Amino acid sequence: MSRKCEKTKPTVDFSDDYPVFTPAMKREYLILVPDMLPWHFDLLTEVIREEGYMIEVLHNEGRQVIDEGLKHVHNDTCYPALCVIGQYLDALKSGKYDVNKTAVLITQTGGGCRASNYLSLIRKALKAEFPQVPVLSLNFAGLEKGNGLQLTAGVLLRFAYAIFYGDLIMSCFNQTKPYERRAGDSDAARERCVCALRNALHGRTFKKFKRNVKMILDTFAAVPVLDEKKVKVGIVGEIYVKYSPLGNSHLEEFLLSENCEPVVPALMDFILYCVVNNLNDVKLYGGRNAATPLFRIAYHWLYRKQKKLNRITLAHGRYAPMHDFEHLRKCADAVIHQGVKMGEGWLIPAEMAALAETGAENIVCAQPFGCLPNHIAGKGAVRVLKEKYERMNIVPVDYDPSATKVNQENRIKLMLATARENFKQENE
Amino acid sequence: MSKLLGVDVGSTTVKVCVIDEAGKILYTNYVRHYSRVKECVLSELEKVREFGETFRISVTGSAGLGLAQRGRMDFIQEVQAAFCAIRRFYPDADVAVELGGEDAKIIFVTGGTEQRMNGSCAGGTGAFIDQMATLLNLSAEEMDRLSLEAERVYPIASRCGVFAKSDIQPLLNQGAKKSDIAASIFRAVVDQTVSGLAQGRRIKGKVLFLGGPLYFLKGLRKAFKETLGLDDEHAVFPENAPCFMAIGAAMSATACREETLDAIMERIRAAEDSGNITVGKPLFVSRKEYEAFVERHKRSDLQFEDINKYRGDAYLGIDSGSTTTKLMLITPDNKILYSHYQSNNGQPLEIVTAQLKEIYALAGERIVIRGACVTGYGEEMMKAALKLDFGVVETMAHFKAALYFNPDVDFIIDIGGQDIKCFKVKNKAIDSIMLNEACSSGCGSFIQTFAKAMNREIDEFSRLGLFAENPVELGSRCTVFMNSSVKQAQKEGASIEDISAGLSASIVKNAIYKVIRARSPEELGQHIVVQGGTFLNDAVLRSFELETGKSVVRPAIAGLMGAFGAALYAKENTAEETLISAMIDAAELKNFAYSSHSAVCKGCTSHCSINILTFSDGRRFVSGNKCERGAGLKPAEHPLDLYAFKYEQLLSLPSGLPGKRGKVGLPLQLAMYEQLPLWTEFFELCGFEVVLSERSSRDLYFLGQHTVASDTACYPAKLMHGHIESLLNRGVDFIFYPCESYNLDEYDSVNHFNCPVVAYYAELLKANNERLNDRNFIMPYLDLNREASAVKALVRALAPYKLSACTVRRALRAGLRRMEEFHGRIVEEGRRVLEEAERQDKHVVVLAGRPYHADPEINHGINKLLTSLGLAVLSEDAVFEEGNYVKVNVLNQWTYHARLYRAAEFCTRRKRADLVQLVSFGCGIDAITTDEVRHILESKGKLYTQIKIDEINNLGVAKIRLRSMLAAIEEQERRNER
Repeated sequence: MSRKCEKTKPTVDFSDDYPVFTPAMKREYLILVPDMLPWHFDLLTEVIREEGYMIEVLHNEGRQVIDEGLKHVHNDTCYPALCVIGQYLDALKSGKYDVNKTAVLITQTGGGCRASNYLSLIRKALKAEFPQVPVLSLNFAGLEKGNGLQLTAGVLLRFAYAIFYGDLIMSCFNQTKPYERRAGDSDAARERCVCALRNALHGRTFKKFKRNVKMILDTFAAVPVLDEKKVKVGIVGEIYVKYSPLGNSHLEEFLLSENCEPVVPALMDFILYCVVNNLNDVKLYGGRNAATPLFRIAYHWLYRKQKKLNRITLAHGRYAPMHDFEHLRKCADAVIHQGVKMGEGWLIPAEMAALAETGAENIVCAQPFGCLPNHIAGKGAVRVLKEKYERMNIVPVDYDPSATKVNQENRIKLMLATARENFKQENE
Repeated sequence: MSKLLGVDVGSTTVKVCVIDEAGKILYTNYVRHYSRVKECVLSELEKVREFGETFRISVTGSAGLGLAQRGRMDFIQEVQAAFCAIRRFYPDADVAVELGGEDAKIIFVTGGTEQRMNGSCAGGTGAFIDQMATLLNLSAEEMDRLSLEAERVYPIASRCGVFAKSDIQPLLNQGAKKSDIAASIFRAVVDQTVSGLAQGRRIKGKVLFLGGPLYFLKGLRKAFKETLGLDDEHAVFPENAPCFMAIGAAMSATACREETLDAIMERIRAAEDSGNITVGKPLFVSRKEYEAFVERHKRSDLQFEDINKYRGDAYLGIDSGSTTTKLMLITPDNKILYSHYQSNNGQPLEIVTAQLKEIYALAGERIVIRGACVTGYGEEMMKAALKLDFGVVETMAHFKAALYFNPDVDFIIDIGGQDIKCFKVKNKAIDSIMLNEACSSGCGSFIQTFAKAMNREIDEFSRLGLFAENPVELGSRCTVFMNSSVKQAQKEGASIEDISAGLSASIVKNAIYKVIRARSPEELGQHIVVQGGTFLNDAVLRSFELETGKSVVRPAIAGLMGAFGAALYAKENTAEETLISAMIDAAELKNFAYSSHSAVCKGCTSHCSINILTFSDGRRFVSGNKCERGAGLKPAEHPLDLYAFKYEQLLSLPSGLPGKRGKVGLPLQLAMYEQLPLWTEFFELCGFEVVLSERSSRDLYFLGQHTVASDTACYPAKLMHGHIESLLNRGVDFIFYPCESYNLDEYDSVNHFNCPVVAYYAELLKANNERLNDRNFIMPYLDLNREASAVKALVRALAPYKLSACTVRRALRAGLRRMEEFHGRIVEEGRRVLEEAERQDKHVVVLAGRPYHADPEINHGINKLLTSLGLAVLSEDAVFEEGNYVKVNVLNQWTYHARLYRAAEFCTRRKRADLVQLVSFGCGIDAITTDEVRHILESKGKLYTQIKIDEINNLGVAKIRLRSMLAAIEEQERRNER
């Protein structure tokens, strides 16, 4: 049924040359990683280190990072690309790194939104000033073959565990921090967990799932807390601005300072979302291929693990478990079709619905300014969600290099004002 | 008992209110604070002293937040404050609309309480009205009064101030009535509120209108009432509207602690300015440095010749710009006889005729004007009105002038009142041109508006910045964003000096990083000439030198370069045998008069708003028309225009025959522009009557505006809402619009995706239009590359009509064949156009965009503009198959976008073909493709031209761009011949 079935024309090459990351570089090059997932990169980088790579997560921020980004990226490109590229260039210019022995890493999901092009954008940006720096891709879609990290089954397995642990730490931390009696206790607990898990990821004990999960739960449960209730505020949205403090102007900290409990859905949900989209595609359009059974196996394995994690959390009794992915899918079905799979797609309304069901009906929907999938799945779905959940209180916030913090915070405060009112009524 | 005190500190005003314990309002006041927030609040508080010893105070407002924090007072979010007051005074209100200085808010009280504020893109409203009034050279009150006399309303982009400005400017230049424009501005504000804030929720019932602008401006009230269809009973304008938030704040202060006014004021006074603002370097370290700088720039001056004594030939140049009019008379050896620079106050022709009279009077019999040339926005009108000898596109005029000052010039940047133009020069010809997009424009006039807002003259205001110690960093985005950056800086206590310097730096950064998109100063070139009125401002000039690290040439006549270039052009192009210019002479000028009226052209279905100037000698000049028809000319019989061809062909597809199974509505927008042949055939074969949505128009957009959920989506997407409404009104049984993650695989991209908006817009439509449901809106998920799954999905989606899989399969196959045929026709017509263009020796432009850019409401008739410039127009889908496959730097994964690359490749191999890329504003994916298409073209020595389109119906900028492109191409061709 396709239009032109054979290639009748030659191919003209308009692409530039760029340095490739060869296996030999593994020992000599330091790989820089942007500050995308503060909760998970502590552990994920450990896995990569275990494989013999040298890796460092960047934490530079400030106006000069954004300025570098503005200089090197098309201004209509989304904010995350600008932040990531700004961070790289700022770091490379800082003099801290030997630019002839440094590479940078970026993740690609391979979906239909422009985020899959971050890699090319980074290459273009580096070409102007650091043409020798190779860009590595971390993706599971088979893009950029021969120029990424070598992902063995063992690495993937460790990644999965690291993400589960990272999610749990994030969830426990957010449920503890607002209530801690002594300032800093939760942070110390987090540090202890990360430390222990690092060791576990180096050895084989990372697979002791139950033990590690319990360790995290117990560590946080040992923090003395106040007995009070606070307004819960969910954070959903585009994956980068949802998690990265550089992207969302430290949203979690802001919410904490406003005396709220931030609820941030798990990264594993996004991974499962990416995996299950491949299965959904087959269901919707046919076209089963060799990878399909692998996706199915991966999905079931991950989902079983997630259920187990939630079971242990529930049995432990102190903390509310994270979302169940199959439940998220059901939530999505009531609002939007699971065929909406570009960007964060149906996951956003699904998470909003699930948050509303678990008492966090106050939500910040964070997105880069002009984010295409978010027109549909973010702002576009709000009306239906509000019809379904009476108390739903959503504020979409656009992040952008020049949108001022005051502007963003004023909007969030408006949402919080309603949230507090609802909260008061509920507790009266 | 303590009284309750509410203070509302907004972006432009301070409102104070005192109420007693019983809730009775004792005092309200409303003043502008001119950015001196702290001082203003203190002096206002002083006035309430008479109401008692102690108060309970609560603060609200966008600028109140920081003040409350630092002065340790209670703060209440402003919408929440309004909510308190509404419940107390108007318990029966359903909706409240509040317009403030820079915020717009809607509060839905009944039917699910909801509070909304404008997004960060939507420009301010009160400030927007002020800005527009400045543009019209009126006070807000005068504008309001005029608006009530309006006879018609022009469409004006409502999204942000900058956009509206580029709609209004041409109207002014064309001589449209100020009263009509004033009414149009208010209408735009209303549209913005409805589409930007209501987002799918209807504003109905009893509506409360709050805030300063709605209180003071009757025209705005009228516009709201008319648009929302409210009668007097349902539209409530409270007496205390401007202070409503302050009242709400006071009411919420019951729980606040009691304290003396002096204690409160003491804390406010002591409130520290937070160190939260980023600070840049001062422009000049010392006076001495400044003097050296001034001295250096004095070197680039022109010489003068006394017009009262000079005898001989002269040449006249006129630059009729968007906001200013410039004239210059020079001698054959380039000395200035006469020059003039004036804001045109919307009446450029009056100014030029007055100046000409002056020149004729001064020149007497001694001076003979041998040639006259005009450039700028008003070029055509001036040329026609005054019978000038030449017209030249402004980019060429500026280039000519710059070349005079520095023969080695390789980079020119011109920042004017409305626009930024940059050219790179290679081999003494323009190599590439960059103009600002509508988004980042408003550069020079922005400072002006801002100076006014601060109650200062522009010269004084910008001079303040020269010696500022801590210039504020304000970012480099469009002016609306800058507005809120400034707001923030003020809140943080930055001084006017620091803000002034910061604004100058912003303008420069905007130019370098937004318009030129330079990565490093080296990219700009070695010999830079800067010009345009904005550069006469030393602070801007200095910022530019600091940012680029280069010493540049700024001619003393920086503001007159267009006029000077035009005069040079007249000099160079006047034939030796021409002894005197054809321009109207002194006698004619004495009797010169004109009248203007506006009308709607009935030449075709576009119904352009046109403006007709009638001159005293009976000649007429028509503007605003997109094609020759408007000017009363006959268009060519068979224009070489694929866009027009494609659109007409599409519209003729449905047979219109009744079907036994019912009526299906197809919205002709987005993906349907590609797939209409398929679905028409499909449904007609399945026994349905196919009904198309109305043709796109501004009115159609308004029809669906209230269901638009995301106002930053592209215009084609937003128009879709109108198409859906139109189909519902046409009484179809159901509307069909599928979701398609994947487009047809054309084997030239990795994933053949659709863009997210095209792929899933049906989801958004259904979620935000209460008239749609599962029965009347059918949106199956399809992958047309896989027949089996597509058939299954269609059978299931159309289950109520009980179609067999066999019928569906047959119809689908036939539909795909039909689409293939249709595409074949396009390609064939493309070939014809190419051959014909070659025969007629015409230049070809591949107008490359998306299928839906064929919609005249979306492309605004750029195709017609191109044909009227003597070009043949092709579309990307007609030629991409002639192009080779390409390997590009980015992930090539969208079907429509892959066509762009191949169309570009095709152009690189054809001599007389160039590509113009059409980009919809807000298209995130084109941020990726534009750079790539540019790269493909430039790597083979072709020019790249991009035109950004939105709901703005103004071809002025597009025209300059296209004419500059043509001029550059001509230069290039001439060079190649040599």
